[in-house]
Amino acid sequence: MTPAPTPAAAGKPSFMPRLGLAAVILGTLFFAIAPLLVPTYQISILTEVLIYAVLAMSVDILAGYTGRTPLCLGAVFGVSTYVTVYWTSTMGGSPYTGMMLGILAATLVAAIFAILAIRTTGVYFLLLTLALGMIIWGICLRWTSVTGGENGLRGAVRPAELAAHMPFYYVVFVAVAIITFIMWRFVRSPFGLTLRGIRDSDSRMRSLGYNVSLHMFIAFTVAGVFAGVAGALYAMFNDFVSPSTVALTQSVEGLLMAITGGVGTLFGSFIGALAIIGLENAVSIYTERWQTVLGLVFIFIMIFAPDGILGGIKTLLARKRG
Amino acid sequence: MTDFLQLDTVTVQFGALKAVDSVSIRVREGERRAIIGPNGAGKTTLFNAITGVVSATSGRILFKGEDVTRAPVHERAKRGMSRTFQITNLFPNLTVSENMRLALRGLSPRKFSLFGSSDLSAEEAARADGALEISRLHSRRETVVKEMSYGEQRQLEMAMALVAQPKLLLLDEPAAGLSPAERVIVSDIIRALPRDLTLVLIEHDMDLVLSLVDYVTVLNNGKLLVEAPPSEIRVNKDVQDVYLGKARHDA
Repeated sequence: MTPAPTPAAAGKPSFMPRLGLAAVILGTLFFAIAPLLVPTYQISILTEVLIYAVLAMSVDILAGYTGRTPLCLGAVFGVSTYVTVYWTSTMGGSPYTGMMLGILAATLVAAIFAILAIRTTGVYFLLLTLALGMIIWGICLRWTSVTGGENGLRGAVRPAELAAHMPFYYVVFVAVAIITFIMWRFVRSPFGLTLRGIRDSDSRMRSLGYNVSLHMFIAFTVAGVFAGVAGALYAMFNDFVSPSTVALTQSVEGLLMAITGGVGTLFGSFIGALAIIGLENAVSIYTERWQTVLGLVFIFIMIFAPDGILGGIKTLLARKRG
Repeated sequence: MTDFLQLDTVTVQFGALKAVDSVSIRVREGERRAIIGPNGAGKTTLFNAITGVVSATSGRILFKGEDVTRAPVHERAKRGMSRTFQITNLFPNLTVSENMRLALRGLSPRKFSLFGSSDLSAEEAARADGALEISRLHSRRETVVKEMSYGEQRQLEMAMALVAQPKLLLLDEPAAGLSPAERVIVSDIIRALPRDLTLVLIEHDMDLVLSLVDYVTVLNNGKLLVEAPPSEIRVNKDVQDVYLGKARHDA
């Protein structure tokens, strides 16, 4: 009934973290060196990859760690972008204050969404968050006097000293590295473990004394904070915002990046963002039907690596280790 | 000894069906009580009502003298109730150690630590080790639960219920689906539980259950049939009728 652990099983805990650490170092080196080796336009793409990786990681907190797939974090991201751009362009305020206000607004919106969504699960959670995201999109589209409607808003977010692609990239790189470390600490914390418990069995969590609704609320709001950070960085990157920034496609894209990289892996979001944004840009050079190609690639990944690229690699390695 | 758990005419109704019908039970502190009855007698529903998984339609549930009838599940757990489930309800994608951490921290403010270390403190580790030792799972700490046998998962259910240091432990068919050898292990684990722990147990294995408890409550069709010590239950005609069927018993 209680056999002794096999040598392979005993070896797993020390082997996998070491490999994980090596992969993180390699990934960091890649993003540190890559801009030095590519043309200016591709530095811009790499910057976008880093920003969207943060959005995908915030999706992963809910989809991968808590077992609730959100379709509204793109809208939360966009709220932050709108507020940041509005503050700098219409109000003429400082970009850094604008970014702080953007993150604050995103947090507030996420907290309100959380109150409405935390008691639902599965497809109901998915549809409710989709509807909440659509409300934001509708407001941004119709509240023309503030949001500029379909024309959007052009901002003055990026300071002159960061106008060039290279210095801006490295500022984003450092910011994303810090954010990623914070998110990693978050998912590895005692609270992060409670989220994985909720993902596996919320009824058991309740019987152990956990207030599942409260934990869900905190997780949703924290995911909103990080989506807001990504949105504020995006405001500085793009200096422009329109309803497409808060549209459903934004949320779906964040989710696809998380899934492609591997939900529940956190760092997989970088692989997912790199794969999807890289493909978008590479394929669109050759064909206008790049979305069809992207769709086919996504189907391919779902069939052959349902756990995503990083998830697939982890499974493969675990199998090889016996 | 005082009444530790008190059920006053508790009814649980699903539509027209009364799964539990005006059941009153008093369990004293430190007592070991079995709730038995044929399938569909309402045993698990009664457990669910005691722990708050389902709401009592009417009646009152008092725990340590306080009315908990409308308290949510996590509130009852905070007051010292812990339970296992008839169908194993663990965290299958987590390791034994992580399952134990979740069980340990259910009542600790550390569960809200957003950026702290997830490692166990010395006191927590000692408690986890103790519960795993009693449940004979100390060599399986790093095993992912879904890779364990059913018997081991039942043992882990017990370990998780124990590590929370409950005042009242409710075990829902702890030996269900186990081999004879595994049943012996489970009964040994239950016997080794601290004597001051109040225990309520649902179990179909009569030999096992009657050897473990001080007092037995028999339910039939949601109603309380009889309450008596194990020695009387063994020879009670009504209980034999319920378990064996009246006609067969008469024959």
